[in-house]
Amino acid sequence: MNLTLHVWRQKSADLGGEMVRYDAKDISPDMSFLEMLDVVNEGLDQKGEEPIAFDHDCREGICGMCSLTINGIPHGPDRGTTVCQLHMRRFKDGDSIHIEPWRAKAFPVIKDLIVDRTAFDNIIRAGGYISASTGGVPDANAILIPKKNADDAMDAAACIGCGACVAACPNASAMLFVAAKVSHLALLPQGAVEAGTRVKKMISKMDEEGFGACTNHFECEAACPKEISVKFIGKMNREFLKASVKK
Amino acid sequence: MSVTLDAKIPSGPLADKWDKHKFDMKLVNPSNKRKYKVIIVGSGLAGGAAAATLAELGYAVECFCYQDSPRRAHSIAAQGGINASKNYQNDGDSVFRLFYDTVKGGDFRSREANVYRLSQVSENIIDQCVAQGVPFAREYSGYLGNRSFGGAQVSRTFYARGQTGQQLLLGAYQALSRQIELGRVRMHTRAEMLDVIIVNGHAKGIVVRNLVSGKTSTHMADAVVLGTGGYANVFYLSTNAKGCNVTAAFRAYKRGAAFANPCYTQIHPTCIPASGHYQSKLTLMSESLRNDGRVWVPKSKNDNRPALHIEEHERDYFLERKYPSFGNLAPRDISSRSAKEACDDGRGVGKTGLGVYLDFADAIKRLGEDTIRERYGNLFHMYEKITGENPYKMPMRIFPAPHYTMGGLWVDYNLMSNVPGLYVIGEANFSDHGANRLGASALMQGLADGYFVLPYTIADYLARIKPGEAGDSPPEAKAAEKEADKQTKRLLAVKGKTTVDEFHRRLGKIMWDYCGMARNAAGLKRALGEIPELRERFWEDVNVLGSDKELNQALERAGRVADFLEFAEVMCHDALERNESCGGHFREEYQTEDGEALRDDQNFTHVSAWEYQGVGAKPLLHKEPLVYENVKLATRSYK
Repeated sequence: MNLTLHVWRQKSADLGGEMVRYDAKDISPDMSFLEMLDVVNEGLDQKGEEPIAFDHDCREGICGMCSLTINGIPHGPDRGTTVCQLHMRRFKDGDSIHIEPWRAKAFPVIKDLIVDRTAFDNIIRAGGYISASTGGVPDANAILIPKKNADDAMDAAACIGCGACVAACPNASAMLFVAAKVSHLALLPQGAVEAGTRVKKMISKMDEEGFGACTNHFECEAACPKEISVKFIGKMNREFLKASVKK
Repeated sequence: MSVTLDAKIPSGPLADKWDKHKFDMKLVNPSNKRKYKVIIVGSGLAGGAAAATLAELGYAVECFCYQDSPRRAHSIAAQGGINASKNYQNDGDSVFRLFYDTVKGGDFRSREANVYRLSQVSENIIDQCVAQGVPFAREYSGYLGNRSFGGAQVSRTFYARGQTGQQLLLGAYQALSRQIELGRVRMHTRAEMLDVIIVNGHAKGIVVRNLVSGKTSTHMADAVVLGTGGYANVFYLSTNAKGCNVTAAFRAYKRGAAFANPCYTQIHPTCIPASGHYQSKLTLMSESLRNDGRVWVPKSKNDNRPALHIEEHERDYFLERKYPSFGNLAPRDISSRSAKEACDDGRGVGKTGLGVYLDFADAIKRLGEDTIRERYGNLFHMYEKITGENPYKMPMRIFPAPHYTMGGLWVDYNLMSNVPGLYVIGEANFSDHGANRLGASALMQGLADGYFVLPYTIADYLARIKPGEAGDSPPEAKAAEKEADKQTKRLLAVKGKTTVDEFHRRLGKIMWDYCGMARNAAGLKRALGEIPELRERFWEDVNVLGSDKELNQALERAGRVADFLEFAEVMCHDALERNESCGGHFREEYQTEDGEALRDDQNFTHVSAWEYQGVGAKPLLHKEPLVYENVKLATRSYK
């Protein structure tokens, strides 16, 4: 099939960018979206035009590197799917596709479709861990964890840190990302000890990094490739409240 | 630098070696640790775990990764699980059994002492990960769950849904993040290592290119650790992430580190078949699928009917037929080769004929669709996304794909290469898996090296040297940086007509055809003729646009492919030299009457470690004999 692409091109962080039109010809419906971009890029390369820069790595939906907004939707139209797992059979011959980077103040564009997501790392550094140094820990079965807690923790821990939640949010809020880590760790007995300080530090770092506040649009859950539930935002708010009233 | 291979295996009984060695090694005084700087390249399970642990101990750590965050290293993609000899299931597991299974699974081509230690520390890993908050699967009782995996006859695999690698990596990443925040680790992301700096024969630093600004810089330290993963992307199509490369390991090799057993590559049996020329990577599905799926092809050749129209008696469940006791759970190398044989025989399925069926119809009938969905829902979903076919209704099509590389830089028992001060951990080294790796053992080895082995052994080296010996910018550093810049300029100067990916694809095809699942002397010789030709064409005709002063993805790829084009030859030399079949290395000339791998223990019970002799020159072979004192070399039979 043949498609018309409108792609955000931006030479570097300090220069402005613009949408540029490209034709994508002879695209097979079995291609992944990124393979379609590969083909377009090889064509550009042949013509001596610089290829479109975009982040990607594992191409199996788990590393969280790929980050394209397709027709206004982070990761494109399929629910629970990263853009590397989106396939061209989802589109029709003759379609126009708009491809942009994540748009958020806290994720500045580096080049074309590549953004800087260091802000997410900074939030984890602020407290998204359990302080268990290597060695000197008890046997893995010494502390029992109810299956339900372990399962819920896993649901939250499935976050791949891609940033689609931020890109989808009208406030560019990172609440779902932070809530997922806060909940994952707070649900486990090993993580409960530091739960109060953790949630406070992470939230304060989130604000500092320039992410917006949550006004319950829940676009984040709709865009999340791992379908992480907004119920964890409620969980985080409770944890935050608990920690705030505790002296 | 002349290569000497001293494995430094401690004396004494197998079970006591590691404990004895830990006591015999020197320690660094706690107040001196912060004066020692350690560079760690790679932030996956091995590198990330090592960086966090060394920082916790008090060393000054600098960690580098090419991704935008250490959380994205390719360890994240491991699905199935991690082995440990906990014997929680009371089914007869033990440190010795895990050790024995790993040595046997590696087709008796790994070091006994290393594997035994791996099996010992496997238990600590699970404890550590649970303490970090890794949400492993649990029973209703609250105890940890286990499953049997990858052909093991005990249930020793711990798992976190189909995302075990992700959860373990996030554990290491979080521990690392804590140390970054404490100022004990300096993290460099979007940074690619281009060379090792050797001063007076010791590894003292690295040359790095910042992938955003394009600038190269040198970083000096007291020791350098490579946790840079494997080289399966030499095949172009593999299950590795697109960015996985051999560059760090290969540049170390060019500086004198020996490369061991490069021909030992693992081809994973349960991947989604390629669909066209544009294919950019292959997707693996956890082999846990083989617990319930049955592998088959039609009995007759060129049978193009849809799977559901092929009657039961017209199907060949070839793994069950050939290996009645292991059946569909036969180890990876054996399962992959059997699939290839079926396809070579004209009985492959799908449009390309390069595929076999993995059928869940019986399991769905027996257990119900809900149970199957609970067990494999995410994998079925992924399969349907990629192929557009519903695996609940029709069998999956699978085909083997390059997945893991057992070969790697040679290291001694302390995980140090033959270059003093240069350590290699995780998939990047060669040491623990022999000629074939068992399922759920890669995560185990990466974390063992990073959390529990390197942090001890590196102290023994550091305690013997003065911190900061090499200074901040010795002439060797400047020279190495200049060389790296020269290579970059050279890539940009070619201004040819062919894309980097096209060269990579061509190289991949040569390697897959002649150095893939089955090899023979004639094919390998042919490859050794074609690779240098392709390399020559690359340097005449590669097209890399843009400059070296900016983010330039084509330039990144070009550098990596240039190294693959040299490395591929080392692989073929190794495969040609090893006149036997073992594990993932199957030489067609060496097989039994019924087509099984035929080892030659008389002549090949050794590690082949190759020393660089210049571009295009045949590397020099060194041998480390493998001594088996605790297991009897046996023919690996899964019948």
